[in-house]
Amino acid sequence: MAAKGTSLRQYALTRLALVVPMVLILLTLVFLLMRVAPGDPVSASLGGHAPPAVINQIKHKLGFDKPLYVQYVQYLGNVGRGNFGTAINPAQPVSEIIKVNGTATLELTLYAMIIAITVGVAIGLLAGRFRDTPVDSGGRLFGIIIYATPIFFLGLMAQLFFGVYLGWLPVSGRASPLTQATLTTHTNIYTIDAIIDRNWAALGDVLRHMILPAFTLGLVTAGVFIRLIRINVIRTMKDDYIEAARARGINERSVVYHHAFRNALVPVITIIGLQVALLLGGAVLTETTFNWPGIGHELLLYIENRDYAAVQGIIVVFALVVVAVSVVIDFVGAFIDPRIRY
Amino acid sequence: MAVPAETARIETRRSILPRVQRAVAPIREARGMQRTMLWVGAAITSAFVLMALLAPLVSPYHFDQYRSGGTRFPQLAAPSAQHLMGTTVTSYDVFSRVIWGAQTEIKVVLISLVMSLSIGVPLGLISGYFAGKLDRVLVLIMDAMLAFPFLLLAIVIAFLLSDKVGQGILTAAIAITVAYIPLYFRVIRNHVISIREESFVEAARAMGARPFTVIRKYVFFNVIQNVPPLATLNAADAILLLTALGFLGYGIQPTQGAEWGYDISRAVSDASSGIWWTGLFPGLAIVLLVTGLTLLGEGLNETINPVLRRRARTNVEFGPSSPSPVIETETEGP
Amino acid sequence: MTNEPVVSVRELRVYYGTKRGPVQAVDGVSLDIAAGEVVGLVGESGCGKSTLGRGILGLLPEGASSDGEVIYGGRNIVGMTPKELRRLRGPDLGLIFQEPMTRLNPLMRIEEHFKETLEQHEPSLGDKEIRRRSLETLGRMGIPPTRFSQYPHEFSGGMRQRIMIALAVVLQPKLLIADEPTTSLDVIVEAQILSILADLRRNFGTALLLITHNLGIVAESCDRVAVMYAGKIVEEGPARDVFIDPAHPYTRELLRSTISLETSELHSIPGAPPSLLDPPRGCRFHPRCPSAMWVCATTDPIEKRIDADRRVQCWLHGPEDRIPEGGTAELEREEIAVAEEA
Repeated sequence: MAAKGTSLRQYALTRLALVVPMVLILLTLVFLLMRVAPGDPVSASLGGHAPPAVINQIKHKLGFDKPLYVQYVQYLGNVGRGNFGTAINPAQPVSEIIKVNGTATLELTLYAMIIAITVGVAIGLLAGRFRDTPVDSGGRLFGIIIYATPIFFLGLMAQLFFGVYLGWLPVSGRASPLTQATLTTHTNIYTIDAIIDRNWAALGDVLRHMILPAFTLGLVTAGVFIRLIRINVIRTMKDDYIEAARARGINERSVVYHHAFRNALVPVITIIGLQVALLLGGAVLTETTFNWPGIGHELLLYIENRDYAAVQGIIVVFALVVVAVSVVIDFVGAFIDPRIRY
Repeated sequence: MAVPAETARIETRRSILPRVQRAVAPIREARGMQRTMLWVGAAITSAFVLMALLAPLVSPYHFDQYRSGGTRFPQLAAPSAQHLMGTTVTSYDVFSRVIWGAQTEIKVVLISLVMSLSIGVPLGLISGYFAGKLDRVLVLIMDAMLAFPFLLLAIVIAFLLSDKVGQGILTAAIAITVAYIPLYFRVIRNHVISIREESFVEAARAMGARPFTVIRKYVFFNVIQNVPPLATLNAADAILLLTALGFLGYGIQPTQGAEWGYDISRAVSDASSGIWWTGLFPGLAIVLLVTGLTLLGEGLNETINPVLRRRARTNVEFGPSSPSPVIETETEGP
Repeated sequence: MTNEPVVSVRELRVYYGTKRGPVQAVDGVSLDIAAGEVVGLVGESGCGKSTLGRGILGLLPEGASSDGEVIYGGRNIVGMTPKELRRLRGPDLGLIFQEPMTRLNPLMRIEEHFKETLEQHEPSLGDKEIRRRSLETLGRMGIPPTRFSQYPHEFSGGMRQRIMIALAVVLQPKLLIADEPTTSLDVIVEAQILSILADLRRNFGTALLLITHNLGIVAESCDRVAVMYAGKIVEEGPARDVFIDPAHPYTRELLRSTISLETSELHSIPGAPPSLLDPPRGCRFHPRCPSAMWVCATTDPIEKRIDADRRVQCWLHGPEDRIPEGGTAELEREEIAVAEEA
């Protein structure tokens, strides 16, 4: 339908127009944060032992000797061109970090999200549907406790039990050294790479490495979803059209599945989008716990090395990802809910 | 419920008591699961608060004590009568560190709670009440901050402050505060905006009350009711955040206090050799305290939030159909 | 008009359990509705008329309990299992709500609402037949077929109410309960809806229970009227007769307080409807009744047939032999207050 197409496009344009100031503010915040930081980023990142001439040379190369507003404009220009800067120690462009480590994080968070949504939606819907029954109490308690469990603690216990005690699963890294050597990188998302090459042994190994980190991150995130979905189901079950459907003699099954659950899940989609920030924060912890070579792992390394340029670049990437995901989620929401489109 | 004339009169003199009573009434009336959550949560939370306050008395050793009576504690000893939860690689007593840890967590979270509330709430009140340009700018900035992963923001702040302030309780508290200000701002502002249009506020404005008088007397009390459940839930979150900072090495330094997250980070290397007690007990302490705070917060939320509140019900007993109406049929015809 | 009632309500009581005791929303009500008949149910807000309407369908909110008989097709609806009730709702008993804006599922097309309803109750119907019947019914309500696949938010309030009626009528129920169907609509739309409802009887022989607080509507469209006060039906009879010569003081006061062309000054009934938690002793209207007698404050009135098809619950109509000595003395205003305390 033509009418639907234009209105959806219009919606997309307005939504995107709102993104611009948001991104600008985020970039400015990051820029200011890194500039008000105490100390001199260059000498700090070189360990403070470099001769002044070398420091000045690097400063000049990076443009740190220019006035602040010039640096700011250059920085915006660079980000606009997709140039997120260059890390000093160890030296590599931030774009390379995104390509190698970012994909590792992407793979981890994707699997974690699948687990979180499956577990969260299932338990949340059931708890809301069977409100105040043992199902509800059990589901809620599970959600609360799993959310109260720090990712690194759950990860540690999983490592102890499944890795050390039972010896079933590997507890660290993305793949065993053998797989690392045999797997050719196409996308750097290992499961996909293994499928492309029909390297089933590698796929098995990669999946085995994925299980503990993905479940750890996914289950903790599911705790949030359970709470949100349950409340939404309870709210929706009180809506007028639910009563109207019952007055038409629609069976309880359809009332719950077609009317209550579908309506309860619409706002949840938006909320899941907001949880991406949480998921990325959780990814940093998961990566540290399981020695997963993701971007969060990398960020901590550069923080350790006091590499301001790298930290700034990586943080900008994080921020952009969060904003991008929220835009995509909004579009999905608009697609599902006919009311938003018009 | 009929308000006794006495109370009503006191209320006109702007006494705070009836307001508190009214605010607390739903808590007394809470039933079933709400009630259980509320009380279990309160019990767990107060147990930890007690533990924190009485740490010097309850704990067998000091948190950084590694010997007693001239003899060094064993390293990585399994739980025993001497060391209920075992010892760490540096011979610390795990049990003592779990107890002292409660003190550190609660101290930091309280400080950051007070700081983020005292910045976030007034900003939200002013921004929501006066609206306009200031509001738009603040909303944009706060939304941008909210879009950021909490943990990353806290890590970056801790990282930036660590050079100047040093790593410690204050740094950790500030890092957590910065992460939570936008949240309080957002909630308070949105509530103020909806309340601003209500008739009692408009009436006050129409009578010529000064803006700050209106905010103080009419808006503040309505808005502040949302804060206790929110603050409790955020305290739970803040503990997770603090332990995460500690785990990553940006939290409290081991010499300044026992911190559960830091202890778990030390336990990671023990895990590969099957040593579980150095990680398990501090971890369980986190899970328990955060669960307690969450139960308390959710319980409060459900009791206060009318959408989630369940009306207390009683079963209706029908007596015999009394009084059975006698239908007197009049003889036909007028 | 056949005399055989479609629905026969006997001594129905619906109480809402609260922690301060039961709210006696419907207290010992009897009412017959014959096939093809339009019965108006009038009364002030909160007198229990909506509860009575829902009680007939067994569609009561949580915490409500009912007792007595609602006989439909030889069976008592009170005490039916949810499954039996569900089968009756729709093809036998329909309900139209006061607020049409929120009664349609926002995520479902109008088409899907009809499909779901028809498939539920007539599973043998094919898609073509479903479409034909839905469009035919909608057409009667003045909704063009071109809008069949639109979403609820694309319709105005009046149109949504017509869709709701179509959704109820498409199953050709024997009795339709309309709970203030026009209250939230403007006057012109109200007239349209009322004429649609009047057509129902002509076209389908549907009996209608029209719940309203608007006496004008009753005078215009009802055969019979039942007047409800504080959970009881105080007067019932042919609409014309009741309006021309009201037997109960409450009916009289209610008629006086409606605005018509002859109205020269506004009249209102002094006082407020009583609390149904603790209704007044004796006649529930006696604290507000201009003709109250001593007996009214102490003894429940007895229902009396004052005509072949009229009944009233008021001591003014006797039976005299049941009134204690001196009971007919006028109840003084001060004494009313005392009686209320007692």
